[in-house]
Amino acid sequence: MCRLLHLFSIALVLTPAPLVALEFNMPAGVTDTSQSVFNLHMTIFYICLVIGLIVFTVMLWSIFHHRKSRGAKAAQFHGSVLVEVIWTLIPLIILVAMAIPATTTLTDMYDTTESDLDIQITGHQWKWHYKYIGEDVDFFSILATSREEIENRKKKNPNYLLEVDNALVVPTNKKIRFLFTSNDVIHSWWVPDLAVKKDAIPGFINESWTRINDPGLYRGQCAELCGKHHAFMPIEVKAVPEAEYLAWLEEQKASQLAAAGAAAKDWSMDELITAGASVYEKNCAVCHQADGSGVPPAFPPLNGSPVVQGDKTGHMQVVINGRQEKGMPAFGAQLSAVDIAAVITYERNSWDNKTGDMVTPAEVQSLMDSQ
Amino acid sequence: MSTHAETGHHGPAKGISRWILTTNHKDIGTMYLVFSLLMLFIGGTMAFVIRAELFQPGLQLVMPEFFNQMTTMHGLIMVFGAVMPAFVGLANWQVPLMIGSPDMALPRLNNLSFWILPFAFSMLLATLLMPGGAPDFGWTFYAPLSTTYAPPSVTFFIFAIHMMGISSILGAINIIVTIFNMRAPGMKMMDLPLFVWTWLITAFLLIAVMPVLAAVVTMMLMDVHFGTSFFNAAGGGDPVLFQHVFWFFAHPEVYIMVLPAFGIVSQIVPTFARKPLFGYHSMVYATASIAILSFIVWAHHMFTVGMPIVGELFFMYSTMLIAVPTGVKVFNWVSTMFRGSMTFETPMLFSIAFIVLFTIGGLSGLMLAIAPADFQYHDTYFVVAHFHYVLVPGAVFGIIAGVYYWLPKWCGNMYDEKLGQWHFWLSFIGVNLTFFPMHFVGLAGMPRRIPDYALQFADFNMLTSLGAFLFGTTQLLFVYILIKTVRSGKPAPQLPWDGAKGLEWSVPTPAPYHTFATPPVFGDK
Repeated sequence: MCRLLHLFSIALVLTPAPLVALEFNMPAGVTDTSQSVFNLHMTIFYICLVIGLIVFTVMLWSIFHHRKSRGAKAAQFHGSVLVEVIWTLIPLIILVAMAIPATTTLTDMYDTTESDLDIQITGHQWKWHYKYIGEDVDFFSILATSREEIENRKKKNPNYLLEVDNALVVPTNKKIRFLFTSNDVIHSWWVPDLAVKKDAIPGFINESWTRINDPGLYRGQCAELCGKHHAFMPIEVKAVPEAEYLAWLEEQKASQLAAAGAAAKDWSMDELITAGASVYEKNCAVCHQADGSGVPPAFPPLNGSPVVQGDKTGHMQVVINGRQEKGMPAFGAQLSAVDIAAVITYERNSWDNKTGDMVTPAEVQSLMDSQ
Repeated sequence: MSTHAETGHHGPAKGISRWILTTNHKDIGTMYLVFSLLMLFIGGTMAFVIRAELFQPGLQLVMPEFFNQMTTMHGLIMVFGAVMPAFVGLANWQVPLMIGSPDMALPRLNNLSFWILPFAFSMLLATLLMPGGAPDFGWTFYAPLSTTYAPPSVTFFIFAIHMMGISSILGAINIIVTIFNMRAPGMKMMDLPLFVWTWLITAFLLIAVMPVLAAVVTMMLMDVHFGTSFFNAAGGGDPVLFQHVFWFFAHPEVYIMVLPAFGIVSQIVPTFARKPLFGYHSMVYATASIAILSFIVWAHHMFTVGMPIVGELFFMYSTMLIAVPTGVKVFNWVSTMFRGSMTFETPMLFSIAFIVLFTIGGLSGLMLAIAPADFQYHDTYFVVAHFHYVLVPGAVFGIIAGVYYWLPKWCGNMYDEKLGQWHFWLSFIGVNLTFFPMHFVGLAGMPRRIPDYALQFADFNMLTSLGAFLFGTTQLLFVYILIKTVRSGKPAPQLPWDGAKGLEWSVPTPAPYHTFATPPVFGDK
């Protein structure tokens, strides 16, 4: 047993290059910080490996040579102050040698000097919200993998569970400050290639910094258990050169303005139901299920629900204000009036719900304004 | 105690009342051990569900909400139901035998501490059948997921934790009182066998931290039912406060789950090396240092919550320091083996595997202590690999080694050595196949506690699941060996291991229902 382990460790030492290149190690990442974390990780790993090898070699030596079946006679020594002092002091020295680079790396990570842009990241069950502070641009980022793939009814694509509808777009070679918070439970925003992992805590704000060297698409996941769909809130960071980033930002501003204008438009019932179906799929189906059957008692069914089939204002109020005591978020803070009107119209005319009611964005807007 | 001496050797009561009313340390020890074996299989079944779901990417068997209940219950049952009661069971059997005491100092309290457990765990398991399901917030139950967003069964979970805590505290008090007051005449503290020493230190840890666990679940109860805001920022509380209080309990708790295993291995290795334990004094001091350090390292579980850099540095340095006394212990075990005259019976095999695999777990623990690197490891399968290496081939192998070692004395029969060797090798292969690949998927970026994962993690997960099925089914062999030994094993001699030393071997085999009615004189064997 020990010999196998021993051989395996030797194999690791003799082949350091593929170990680094293969996928079973930590990524070196695309920032100076992630590179220095990676180097630190490898240094500590090799130190541990050497310590392990020495200990296991002595042990193995004894197991082979000091066995009764080979006629070994037991010595009777049971202590040596000198030896014991030595193997207390040497590990201490090794630890100090480890602590020095670790402290340097940590100090670099906590460099709080002025950043070029600030992005507020808010965790929600189960999606991320990104807000570019001072830029009037904000959006949700939701899992893009289809339910068919998750439920094994369709072949899984290579980015299975690591793809979102709207990636976080950031410029390269700029110091970015992330501000983390949460709307409900604790989440943790983690992108391995940036070596950024920070908890998003409701009611508090955490910060972390990064400066990305290479353009590219970097994927990550929520790292803190946040409820049943914890596995389904990935992160995509798209790093692009600054010019491209600025163009994207302008485009976002324009499209968010256009979306705001959409509230004034006259919507037909069919348009609202079509738009509502997609809003429902992204925001409501995780709890209330695609067929409106819910998961009682935590998540009540919407199909045949007295709220959905009852008075329109009551229905709007639940969607806009949520039900804090039951963990339903207030969608008034997350979705536009158009989206809320669309999803309510959709819910009131889907499955067995045949109210024939239409809720317009204007109605939603006036209710939101009155609160 | 004098009444026992006067009435002489009488046997146990007949029927079920023997087990319900018993105050005999051997009966209670047996009940603890059988209970923990049952819990090992219940918790193991949950691990089976988890590994079956993770066998391939995609959702196949269970819904995510049930998966979360499984990970939560698996952790709670293994920690509080399997590992801790197994150590208390071993302490019940062995502490009186090893210090030459007729029984535990507080026998009725002993009965109570055991009989709380079946009720606590029945209640915890009953939550699986409740509307909304069992607790689903992880065994670390971070607020507010475990308060505002918890299923209604959280109240039963809190009550069950309270009961387990009471049981542990009573058990710990009993062990401390026994060791301090009931040692054989002439046995000084520095004569105590290491298993007794490690348990004494563990018992102090239990008394120190179980009330902290009780406090944190009580704060949860208040938040859930009485409108307080300990962990709710909207009312002036702080979700991170939960983590500080929880880990102030839970870090010493992880040593509670491994220190007695250190003690067991320190008994077994000298026996089969036929050589005295190297560095007895430094073993005692190292154990005490680990226990003391365990109180000042808790926030290394929380490096990503946004602590100031000074906090990060303090907890990084203090955690790294634990490597020193732990290293001393490993070096001592290896030196005990060095120039011994070793044989490799099942208890020795499990002990050697303990030393090797615990060292691997300890070294990955040292990696996790490095705060900047921990930002990458935290909440990934690397952590899952680390703590399973210290708890399964660590604590669980230690317990199994102890059971094989002392079983002949308990039941009077020898286990089947060939089957024992099979049990060891299958467990050893299974445990490494299960937990070694977890290091790789963790480093490659797989978060823990997810029911479904990205495609690049698929191969290693399948390997892990296969290993888990092998390891799990192998433990059925363990049960078979135990039953076979008790029912029809070959009678064991008074001293089944030629290298074994200590008072426990001075009593007849099997150990009579009452031992040491007349205290032995220590050193006069």
